Amino acid sequence: MDEGQLSRGTKAWWWVAGIAVIVYALFPVAWIVSLSFKTPSDLANLQFLPTNWVWDNYDNILVGDAQNLFLSALRNSVGISLIATFISVVLATFAAYAIARLDFPGKRLILTTALAVAIFPVISIVTPLFNLWRNIGLYDTWPGLIIPYLSLTLPISIWTLSAFFRQIPWELEQAAQVDGATTWQAFRKVIVPLATPGVFTTAIISFFIAWNDFVYGISLTSTEAARPVPAALAFFTGASQFEEPTGAIAAAAVVVTIPVVILVLLFQRRIVSGLTQGAVKG
Amino acid sequence: MAAITLKDINKTYGDGFRAVQDVNLEIADGEFVILVGPSGCGKSTLLRMIVGLEDITSGEMFIGGQRVNEKAPRDRNLSMVFQNYALYPHLTVYENIAFPLRLSKTPDKEVDERVRRAADLLELNEHLERKPANLSGGQRQRVAMGRAIVREAQAFLFDEPLSNLDAKLRGQMRTEISRLQKRLGITTVYVTHDQVEAMTLGDRVVVLRRGVVQQVATPRELYENPVNLFVAGFIGSPPMNFISATVVGGRLHTPFGEWTLPESRSADLSGREVVLIGARPEAFEDASIVSDTVRDHGVVFDATIDVTEWLGNEQYAYVPYEAPEDIRAQLAELERELDSEALRTQLVVALDASSRIPEGTPASLWLDLRRVHVFDPETGENLTVKAMAQRGEATPEPARGNGGPPAEPGDSPAEPAAP
Repeated sequence: MDEGQLSRGTKAWWWVAGIAVIVYALFPVAWIVSLSFKTPSDLANLQFLPTNWVWDNYDNILVGDAQNLFLSALRNSVGISLIATFISVVLATFAAYAIARLDFPGKRLILTTALAVAIFPVISIVTPLFNLWRNIGLYDTWPGLIIPYLSLTLPISIWTLSAFFRQIPWELEQAAQVDGATTWQAFRKVIVPLATPGVFTTAIISFFIAWNDFVYGISLTSTEAARPVPAALAFFTGASQFEEPTGAIAAAAVVVTIPVVILVLLFQRRIVSGLTQGAVKG
Repeated sequence: MAAITLKDINKTYGDGFRAVQDVNLEIADGEFVILVGPSGCGKSTLLRMIVGLEDITSGEMFIGGQRVNEKAPRDRNLSMVFQNYALYPHLTVYENIAFPLRLSKTPDKEVDERVRRAADLLELNEHLERKPANLSGGQRQRVAMGRAIVREAQAFLFDEPLSNLDAKLRGQMRTEISRLQKRLGITTVYVTHDQVEAMTLGDRVVVLRRGVVQQVATPRELYENPVNLFVAGFIGSPPMNFISATVVGGRLHTPFGEWTLPESRSADLSGREVVLIGARPEAFEDASIVSDTVRDHGVVFDATIDVTEWLGNEQYAYVPYEAPEDIRAQLAELERELDSEALRTQLVVALDASSRIPEGTPASLWLDLRRVHVFDPETGENLTVKAMAQRGEATPEPARGNGGPPAEPGDSPAEPAAP
């Protein structure tokens, strides 16, 4: 709303800077989109736009040879990521609420442990996990990926949510109780509506982390039973062994980007910050 | 509407800190009671114990004759205005005010009626559809009040409701709260650290210090007959002056001369060597403009005024003086407790605006001895008030935590012997 007060020069500079950022961020995406529409002979012709726009690559992964590989991977990715996100958000909501609202021994310990887990390099635990999973039968199963994904998503979820809950004034809950609400009513009618944006933000971050994972995906799976998309892309083959599967990979990359984009657009309105503004003075 | 009774109320925190100690208080139905004291005196804790947001460590609390110690806040049927308003940011002003009614499943028609009535009263009609974030501080404050009055609560509780407003708005809202309370006639407990709010709003004022009730009295009684140094120093702006004096045969030797107290203010000085004399700024006057009829009731002394502040309707003059070290230390300690800082021992003297005493020259000042108090420097007790009580001239209410019901008009304490 301050735009009207900016001078024309400043405004122009903002536009230039903004466009530069957008080009920098979106150019690789545009390249992949363009690749996915190219014919195999076009791939290395150093042209940005395809000479012929073809759907071959999409046909290949959705109904053609790579169909089995891709569709099962897509199903695995969606399922595993959603389940991991759901569990992590539910657990993190309870944990963060307790951390923000209650005073109990070991509170700092939980937060520092969460942080320690988050900074632990994934690659260093993947080998022992591989052995363990094979021994207890979790190798190449959905739970076998969901559990390690929780170790990635829980720490960040707990941290973001507890920071978010801390911003909600404690007094709102007390005010609701004085106004005649039970603890549950105060939570449902006051805290939940205020916490929703934070929970959605956390859910989206968790989903991205699980969705984008490659190391666990490729190490802890061996078949279509549980292999997620990022890992499956590595198994794509061309029409012959002399042909690179670049086009198919590009098409698959575009397809897996779409749910993420839809998700963000869908919940964009939910992620508006500053909803708590106006609750209290200042 | 209900009376609130506190019996031997104590609050001890987990670390052993006693925030509230043995508070006894009877708040009559419809009475406006102020809890006042410097920060950390336990006034907010006491209020939160009444509303049920803090547990009562020991003692009993009755609201409308019913014991409420074990009741949850929602079962006490009280309404509260929080210091930071605690409005629900996701609801409109209308729904904020309607919130308590929605919780009690009031029919929509009645909700609408009562919300509109409250909004009328607080002039919030044009803002009903807005969100709290878009309101000014004063408007938010009124919404918080609206939420409190929309329900037929047994009592209103205010926790420093005006401290977030600027000075001008605070004055307006103060009048507004007073008007609203008189109109609705609901028992009100109001916490503040601002003594102007305490003096102007309350039927009775409870002065707290470190969790202990010092005095429960009408604002006038507090001002004219403070029971101890703390109350005397806390109530009044500029504060009461304290002058050290040595007792020599019933006469008082002060840095400003030798004074003898009149019969009406005399106190039991036997066995005491040092006392503190308390005199409010307005007990002093420029000796040259004191009329002859009253001159004999006071003493005239010479003092050097170093600064004067002329305010139009009156002026304040500052007279620095030397006090013995131990008395100085004690006064500094008192100041610290009152959230201020004494840089030097000085008299603050209120002079008539027409007085033309120049700064930096010795001047002749007059002190009305009928309006001074004598304090015990060790215990802080007001010996004058004590002596008056013993003589039966006035009946200041007992010092420690015994707030009786408000005085009936018939038996109000006799005015101290001021003309």
